[in-house]
Amino acid sequence: MVHNASAIAREPQPPSPGSGPIAQLRGIRKTFPKASGGDLLVLDDINLDLNDGEIVCLLGRSGSGKSTMLRIIAGLLSPTSGEVLFEGRPVHGPAAGIGMVFQTFALFPWLTVLKNVELGLEALGLPADESRQRALAAVDLIGLDGFESAYPKELSGGMRQRVGFARATAIHPRLLLMDEAFSALDVLTAENLRSEFLQLWGDGSLPIRSVLMVTHNIEEAVLMGDRIVVLGINPGRITDIIPISLARPRDRFDPVLREMVDSVYGQMTARPIPLTRQPIPATLPIAERLPRAPVNRMAGFLATLANSPFDGRADLPDIDDLFNATQGEVFPLLEALHRFGLARLEAGDITLTDLGRRFVDSDLEGRKTIFRGQLLMQVPLASHIRSVLDTRPEQRAPLVRFRVELEDHLSEQDAEMTLRTVIDWGRYAELFAYDDDAEVFSLENPE
Amino acid sequence: MKRPPFDSLLAPAGAPLRIRPNRWDWIALPILLGVVVAVIQGARQMAGPLETVTQTPISLEPRSLPGYALLTTLRMFIAMAASLVFTFVYGAAAARSRRLERVLIPILDILQSVPVLGYLSFSVIFFMALFPGRALGMELVAIFAIFTSQAWNMAFSFYQSLRTIPEDLQEAARSFRLTGWLRFWRLDVPFAMPGLVWNIMMSMSGGWFFVVASEAISVGGQEVFLPGVGSYVAVAIARSDMTAIIYAITAMFVVIVLYDQLLFRPFVAWSSRFSVEQIEAERVPQSWMLLLFRQAQALRRLMQPVGAIGRRIITIGAPASDPSPPRTSRNEALRDIVWRLVVGIALVATSWALVDFLRDGIAWVDIRETVILGLFTLGRVVVLIAVASIIWVPVGVYVGRRPSLAEKVQPLIQILAAFPANLLFPFFVMAIVRYQLNPAIWLSPLMILGTQWYILFNVIAGTLAFPEDLNQASRNLGVRGWLWWKNVMLPGIFPYYVTGAITASGGSWNASIVAEIASWGDTTLVTRGLGAYIQQVTTLGDYPRIVLGIAVMSAYVVLFNRAVWRPLYAFAERRLRVG
Repeated sequence: MVHNASAIAREPQPPSPGSGPIAQLRGIRKTFPKASGGDLLVLDDINLDLNDGEIVCLLGRSGSGKSTMLRIIAGLLSPTSGEVLFEGRPVHGPAAGIGMVFQTFALFPWLTVLKNVELGLEALGLPADESRQRALAAVDLIGLDGFESAYPKELSGGMRQRVGFARATAIHPRLLLMDEAFSALDVLTAENLRSEFLQLWGDGSLPIRSVLMVTHNIEEAVLMGDRIVVLGINPGRITDIIPISLARPRDRFDPVLREMVDSVYGQMTARPIPLTRQPIPATLPIAERLPRAPVNRMAGFLATLANSPFDGRADLPDIDDLFNATQGEVFPLLEALHRFGLARLEAGDITLTDLGRRFVDSDLEGRKTIFRGQLLMQVPLASHIRSVLDTRPEQRAPLVRFRVELEDHLSEQDAEMTLRTVIDWGRYAELFAYDDDAEVFSLENPE
Repeated sequence: MKRPPFDSLLAPAGAPLRIRPNRWDWIALPILLGVVVAVIQGARQMAGPLETVTQTPISLEPRSLPGYALLTTLRMFIAMAASLVFTFVYGAAAARSRRLERVLIPILDILQSVPVLGYLSFSVIFFMALFPGRALGMELVAIFAIFTSQAWNMAFSFYQSLRTIPEDLQEAARSFRLTGWLRFWRLDVPFAMPGLVWNIMMSMSGGWFFVVASEAISVGGQEVFLPGVGSYVAVAIARSDMTAIIYAITAMFVVIVLYDQLLFRPFVAWSSRFSVEQIEAERVPQSWMLLLFRQAQALRRLMQPVGAIGRRIITIGAPASDPSPPRTSRNEALRDIVWRLVVGIALVATSWALVDFLRDGIAWVDIRETVILGLFTLGRVVVLIAVASIIWVPVGVYVGRRPSLAEKVQPLIQILAAFPANLLFPFFVMAIVRYQLNPAIWLSPLMILGTQWYILFNVIAGTLAFPEDLNQASRNLGVRGWLWWKNVMLPGIFPYYVTGAITASGGSWNASIVAEIASWGDTTLVTRGLGAYIQQVTTLGDYPRIVLGIAVMSAYVVLFNRAVWRPLYAFAERRLRVG
């Protein structure tokens, strides 16, 4: 196909791995101040080279600091210690030559498609006609022609993200950063955009030398990456670097690729969730981060798992597909189910336990009884709240009392999320009541 | 993704430009030229010597009204331009600098609560000293009065918008290395636009009120009448000329309708593109004027160089130089301490100067008196807001539930809100005198005459925005009567109502200065209140007492806002915001 992207193309040669690092991370460590004083360690001892001609996927669960890491490379955040080198020079702020694509697209709603693409070129101080020409070339390349004068709100999500890509490539970046660039799109649109991007990358139409993309979608990482960098949680450390040497273009139904996905799932799920089946001793920390897993989603997941085609056992990628697309990240859900003993995670598979089967087969009261028992046993924070309420004569306790406890160990957002989760669980289990107006826990039934 | 070149959207280089005017141009161009000529005419008059102004008496002939109206309008727009510049500079400074923010925002809060006409007696001294013997000095006094009625809420809105720019847009701006200047025009100003438009609308509406009140200025016992509608009315009142008043009202009405159609409506329609909502709004504001200018082909071509110059201006300084290593935190802490010290010293010094100034002219009795007078005015404001709410909330809901009716009524309310209520005062005064009514009661409605419309306007907007599914759900459940008001409609519109009531209340305090004391020919009606007090001491030129009156009124406004409006607003935002 012929296109007038001459302004944007470098010498047409497919990127070849191994010709030296574009960016280097040296001992990156990042802490955020906690509300209760002290610092919260988010990233620790990150060392990574991004090489010429490769796509690196940064994989991790929410809270692993992968977005923070991306923003440090982008120069949007500065590391607490360590340094980032881009083309050999230290990064102190957004550097010329690094482009970024955002999960939320981050388009300027008052600018047309063309003006959005031109914005980065204006910032480069290019003369009007040159920036117009380059913007048009990028618009052409990314398949947006005809939409130049449209405003973002007239476009569908997929077209909006195309604008995001066109805007990032127009500035001729050597390094492209993608922050969950496909996760706000529906499955088909995401798939389409991914393969088009890979095609452009493969035939050398892009000026980009190296790509770093953050994702929580394992299949996406295996489909796109030359390497997968796995970030562990609390604090975020690189736990694994998995090279993916499959030939391109890759087929998502290729059995070799499926196996790869399976094994990455296995590695991801084996480590972070310890398989403790004994009742948790009272000494276990109250202030641990609870996964964002609303009860109704957990129940929905169990029902799906129990019925055909899964019949109690599922390959993670399969069930992930089903849930990820419509409802966001599935990991917190798996973590919660595993912890409640309702399902078991092993080597890329999830299996319904006997308790889980009983839960699915029970009526509402039965489910609540099972859930309450597990909640008291497995979630120290929930039993802690209950015992505080039991010991108080008025049977009431303000939210802030527990928030302070949590913030000694967690970041403000994590503490907030953990509280929201435990409130949801506790309300369902009828373990305690919570009044959001007064921000007070109690044992009363609501009036 | 790759397609053959498709560049028909862009005129290829070297292609002949189509500048043949179309039929829209024949309408748009004369309008544009007419405005330019009018502005030049008016400006020439404003720059003349003061004596021409003082020696040319205001003529009550109806044929001089168009000229007066033009000058009045011109003052409005100069003030609006000044307010915009102020807004951009002040708001951006407060939003971008943590240190400045701590000083600028409290100051703005105070400035906002100071009664507008309170500034007048001080700005007269200042501007006359600046331009002795020139009409320009007096003009600036009037313009400054309008400015003080417009600028604060605009600056506040701008600042608040800048503080709420979504994180992803900020990151995009940073990662694409926009210079601060480019970011200001491409991100800050557009994002703030919806809030700013609403505030400009309120400011303009308030402005008409104050332009009328500030054209007739007394300096050292001598009255100066700047040529304009306000002076025309002042002279008509002094001569008890009812016909002239009616002429003035007509002229003002025409001016406001023209302003609304030719300027404001196009502005609102144009600015609707700046809303950040990612879905297309169902109801996009329309303006025939904007359509006309958008379709005028030749005009657009003529304006193209302006756009190119604009682009060149906003890209000055690009590309940004590479960022330097961040400053150490110890350094920052030291700067913080120094800054606090400077602010502290400035605060002590100005307080000292103020106390020193007031000590000679004021006794404790005066303070007690003004506080008591303030209670009277406060009582009026509270009662008036309550009465206006009881009347306008049901009306607003009625209108809001009929979208086609609302579409017709809303522009009318905007015009009513913009219409300077002080032009109507003479009718009230005459009625009070003729029927021997109690001025303490019957002068009060004047305070809310111009500002009650904000309650109605917001209630209509709130009802229109009320989600249709909640409406259907309540109908399905058979919720009716008081239950419906209590659980469905009132909570639904409450956030909007509070916004409107805050505006109405602020406007009422401001209006009290002209509403608690009103005259018609030789008759002057006065009622006890802080507004009347400030007006009286201003006429006497008793500066310490002017300051005292203003300070007490500001204190009332600030306390009332803190004690009543803010908690209500916070509650509405937290609990009742739908969607």
